Amino acid sequence: MIFDDKNLKSDEKAIFALRSIYGKYGYSRYKMNKFEEYDLYVRNKDFLISDNVITFTDTNGKLMALKPDVTLSIIKNCTDEKGIVQKMYYDENVYRVSKGRVGFREITQVGLECIGDIDDYNVSEVLVLAAESLMTISDEWVLDISHLGILSDAVEKLDVDRETQREIIKCVGEKNPHELRRLCGEGAGELLIKLVTTYGDAREVIEKLKGLDVSEQYINELEGVVSAFEMCGLAKKLRIDFSVVSDIKYYNGISFKGFINGVPEAVLSGGRYDNLMKRMGKKSGAIGFAVYIDLLEEIEKESSKYDIDTLLLYEEGEEQKNIFHATARLSERGHSVVAQRAKPEKLRYKKLMKLKDGEVTCLEDNA
Amino acid sequence: MKTMLNIALPKGRLGEKVYGMFEKAGFPCPSIHENNRKLIFENEALGVRYFWVKPSDVAIYVERGAADIGVAGKDILLEYAPDVYELLDLDIGKCRMAVAAPKDFRDDPQKTLKVATKFSNIALDYYNSKGREIDIIHLNGSIEIAPILGLSDVIVDIVETGTTLKENNLEVFETIVPISARLIANKSSFMFKAEQIEKIVRETAKMTEEKK
Repeated sequence: MIFDDKNLKSDEKAIFALRSIYGKYGYSRYKMNKFEEYDLYVRNKDFLISDNVITFTDTNGKLMALKPDVTLSIIKNCTDEKGIVQKMYYDENVYRVSKGRVGFREITQVGLECIGDIDDYNVSEVLVLAAESLMTISDEWVLDISHLGILSDAVEKLDVDRETQREIIKCVGEKNPHELRRLCGEGAGELLIKLVTTYGDAREVIEKLKGLDVSEQYINELEGVVSAFEMCGLAKKLRIDFSVVSDIKYYNGISFKGFINGVPEAVLSGGRYDNLMKRMGKKSGAIGFAVYIDLLEEIEKESSKYDIDTLLLYEEGEEQKNIFHATARLSERGHSVVAQRAKPEKLRYKKLMKLKDGEVTCLEDNA
Repeated sequence: MKTMLNIALPKGRLGEKVYGMFEKAGFPCPSIHENNRKLIFENEALGVRYFWVKPSDVAIYVERGAADIGVAGKDILLEYAPDVYELLDLDIGKCRMAVAAPKDFRDDPQKTLKVATKFSNIALDYYNSKGREIDIIHLNGSIEIAPILGLSDVIVDIVETGTTLKENNLEVFETIVPISARLIANKSSFMFKAEQIEKIVRETAKMTEEKK
């Protein structure tokens, strides 16, 4: 089938492009049910972006939910074998309340998960795929990565209670050095403040990290990713930024967020989530990300000036075959044509044509 | 085309003070001094656009990317918890969020505490952290009269000098958190307009340091 992609919106195009990229790297599509047992989400409430879930009672009396998230279902169904890595992607609708908005929405989410005996290559591959995903959406993109191990080590050293730890991590996410100073107290927390104010070009940040009290293993992990990006010629748009924070109850290791110029929030978000795997009784590790397709509407270049290329008016009594012929001829070059007896109000057309006794005449040309 | 840096300023005295700082930081926009009702001002040559918005809306403009940076009180940030970077404490517009009550008020922990406030989330968080059961009465203004009329036991509100409280026979009971104006930035804008945003933060930080 040949189809014209000019009819596709940028978010629809992105879905096709992303699927083809993931397929190319051997990720197989994971198709799932729209419903999931509510219990799964209750047990992992904080993992969800919003804890509002649409629920209903199934015919067997079980409390079910319309999926607010895909990752949990994938983990639940994955097998756990040593030496094996499962590579999957999905393109699903999820139902949730977006932050700061009112009411439930259906959100299209495309994502990718790499689950199993994860090695450094898998991590780099997922990150490169995240970068390629951003690249297909726009030329102006940035991928921010951080390492949660570095962050939680720095927080652990502070000897503060859980509540304060949570607030400290929030401040790191806000790039908020003044509140950090207040929370950590005089003299303490210097390392955290350095981490918050050290961001930018990945290589440069790594050099700076080497001078700080940061575990060598974590620096090596970051360096591995940077080298992979340099190899793929993507390093220019890779930044290290510790304000990419995630809940350390679920996530560990490398975490990342992707931004597109013109979209006010991250369009891509992901990370290593071995902790979530452990919580769900799995032994292996995992890394993945999701692309929030609904946000891509914002980058629609310009809304088209016209609803239709040609409006073809005909009068009552015009022979059917004449109308068929005329629309077929006018739509030959991929133009859109609508045949109507009267001009619909507010329809914006490029050309207005009239059909009378098989003769087509042009009444208006706005092109 | 030069990319514009969009700055949301809170209408009023605080916003004017902040504009003064940003002007000194190298982001002037002379047309802002013209006395008219316009809300948007541009300095095209420099690539900067200012606009005046209701102080409690600044965070929304920044979170949704209509403004790249803005200035909002910590009270607004705590109440709405927008997903933005909080880059700098400007150390101006200082006041505190406090619980105030009539002078003869005695807190009875056996009763549900009735709290009148504009800042429902801040009040809830504060009393939740203390495990105290409360009844929130959300008001939009003249909070001070709520305890006088018996609508509430206490109020949670911003206290600057305490004059309004005194005149209404109230006094500060507990301070919840100190408040001041903060420079906030949209997370995505920060990636793509880093140079301009970093410059304005650096220069303004120097000014607040000097003041200390």
